[in-house]
Amino acid sequence: MNAPAFSFSAALPELFLSLSGLALLLFGALTGEKSYRRVAALALIALLVAAVLVLFGAGARSVEFGGLFVVDGFGAFMKALVLLGAALGIVLSLDYNRREELERFEFPVLIVFATVGMMLMISASDLISLYLGLELQSLALYVMAAFRRDSVKSTEAGLKYFVLGALSSGMLLYGASLIYGFTGSTNFAAIAGAVSGVVKSGAPVPLGVLFGVVFVLAALAFKVSAAPFHMWTPDVYEGAPTPVTAFFAVAPKVAATALLVRVLIEPFGAIAPQWQQVVWLVAVLSMIVGAFAAIWQTNVKRLMAYSSIGHVGYALVGLVAGGPGGVSAIALYMAIYLFMNIAAFSVILGMRVQGRAVERIGDLAGLSRTHPLVAAALAVAMFAMAGIPPLAGFFSKFYIFDAAVRGGHYVLAVVGVLTSVFGAFYYLRIVKLMYFDEATETLDRPFPASLGAVLAGATLFTFFFFLAPGPLVRAANAAAASLFPG
Amino acid sequence: MIQAIAFYLFAGVMIASAVMVVSARNPVHSVLFLILAFFNAAALFVLLGAEFLAMILVVVYVGAVAVLFLFVVMMLDINFALLREGFMRYLPVGGAVGLVLLAELVFVGMAWIDAAGSAQLRAAPMHGGVDNTRALGRLIYTHYALVFQASGLVLLVAMIGAIVLTLRQRPGVKRQDIGRQLSRTRDTGVEIVKIKPRTGV
Repeated sequence: MNAPAFSFSAALPELFLSLSGLALLLFGALTGEKSYRRVAALALIALLVAAVLVLFGAGARSVEFGGLFVVDGFGAFMKALVLLGAALGIVLSLDYNRREELERFEFPVLIVFATVGMMLMISASDLISLYLGLELQSLALYVMAAFRRDSVKSTEAGLKYFVLGALSSGMLLYGASLIYGFTGSTNFAAIAGAVSGVVKSGAPVPLGVLFGVVFVLAALAFKVSAAPFHMWTPDVYEGAPTPVTAFFAVAPKVAATALLVRVLIEPFGAIAPQWQQVVWLVAVLSMIVGAFAAIWQTNVKRLMAYSSIGHVGYALVGLVAGGPGGVSAIALYMAIYLFMNIAAFSVILGMRVQGRAVERIGDLAGLSRTHPLVAAALAVAMFAMAGIPPLAGFFSKFYIFDAAVRGGHYVLAVVGVLTSVFGAFYYLRIVKLMYFDEATETLDRPFPASLGAVLAGATLFTFFFFLAPGPLVRAANAAAASLFPG
Repeated sequence: MIQAIAFYLFAGVMIASAVMVVSARNPVHSVLFLILAFFNAAALFVLLGAEFLAMILVVVYVGAVAVLFLFVVMMLDINFALLREGFMRYLPVGGAVGLVLLAELVFVGMAWIDAAGSAQLRAAPMHGGVDNTRALGRLIYTHYALVFQASGLVLLVAMIGAIVLTLRQRPGVKRQDIGRQLSRTRDTGVEIVKIKPRTGV
């Protein structure tokens, strides 16, 4: 057989980032523990350079490396989001890691390798590259969850995430092997050909393929923490060090959502009616769990975990709606979700009473009097997450429900609107705490500058998005269109 | 003919050493018999024409797994005689499970249907004179180069993770510093003490 011609430039951002990760690892190992700040700064630069490479490399769709790797507009959009989320994750971790004595150079290196895994996931066009990307990402995340190894909660989070993650990987592999067995290929294009061939011939879709799709779907629902596969999320979010939680809440979520969208639409687009029922159920359950289970939480990280479950539910509504409209709504939703979450977590990371990190929701009481600007920014983030106009969160939900209604999924849209009304309860409770309650212990001043800068940026984006939604919406539309060639 | 003899030789030695793994009183002997069993299994793979699998079995199982077992057996003081207590008590249930498995194997064997042409496929595992190490190499380093590199990264991350989560710098650990050893002189190393007779040190 002939060696396929490789176009390495297609995977330039991934190659660049992996090599930077290796270089940073060597640099850190040679200069010792005190090199944390320099390694973090270099990792930040590497992530931003990779983002530039992704944006400049975005062009026509091309499948490289013998069908293992696809470059398209959708991938570029999602990769840019992931890289942005990872870069912000590093910025957010600087202050916290210094105070909590977590300054170890492996932290940024693991973020870089996890990001490489996410980019590989987003670009996967074969079940094998999908699996390896997912494992590269997950393995780095397991370690990060247990990063504070002297804390029982953190090690528990890491172990729980690892065991359940291994279970979901097992389900993914089982599903993938069924799909391979019944379609004869692991390549997305070949699977799509086999599946659409069966559909066109009018024969029933083989049960094995459907089983395989359901297993893969369950495994990926675990990775995006959609109900009913969300059980690990609150514990892991609570136990992991807060910067790691902030990173978990944005980058891996965006990457896994992108992967889910690509897997369902590219190889299995022809049997959409079959998987749409499953995604419908997962979306409804996630929205309900996200809205109701969060009400009783007292820990702000657990609250954010349930909030993220709810948000994934809304994003999946776009997948049920299907078509370029639905996918574009998902892309937009994830972009805005990233900014809202970064804003919320930069406040959570700054929550300290007398130098000690606190994470109870009650600790936010009276924030408006001690930190008026921070309180205002968090209020914007909470109003946005609740979906109150004219903030960015309203538009992301609007596009999702618009796609659902256009697709004729009225029940889904109604459930979505109802759960966002219920969900607004706990977001607004935080606003009430900050503005109308008396503080028992006031949070420390001054608010760390690095967190303040990120918070200001994310808040300005969320607040003023309505003035110029055009560029992002157009980018999301272009990204979605690239998934539906012809 | 010679193949059949080789097969029965390797298979017989393998089963005998497997029995010894379970029944040997000394756990170190068990591990050594395990290594013998691995080698014979590798020889069986060679007979089947799967020389790559045979090499991997020797390298991974003998080179890494069995040595690891040996370390565990030698480092940890596990009382294997105690573990083996109650053998007779568990024999009925264990034997029953074994019998069920055997019966199922027999049923599978009776219901086995060879697909058309499978005999030829088994008889000629090589295509066009390419042995399977070469064939795997051609696939892994060309078609699957990307995922090969990605799996390298996965292993690297696993290694980083193991070090991050377990390595700790212990204070007060004595390390060898060759430079310091060599720069030692008689003055720093030897102390002359005058001791009065009959007082002791």
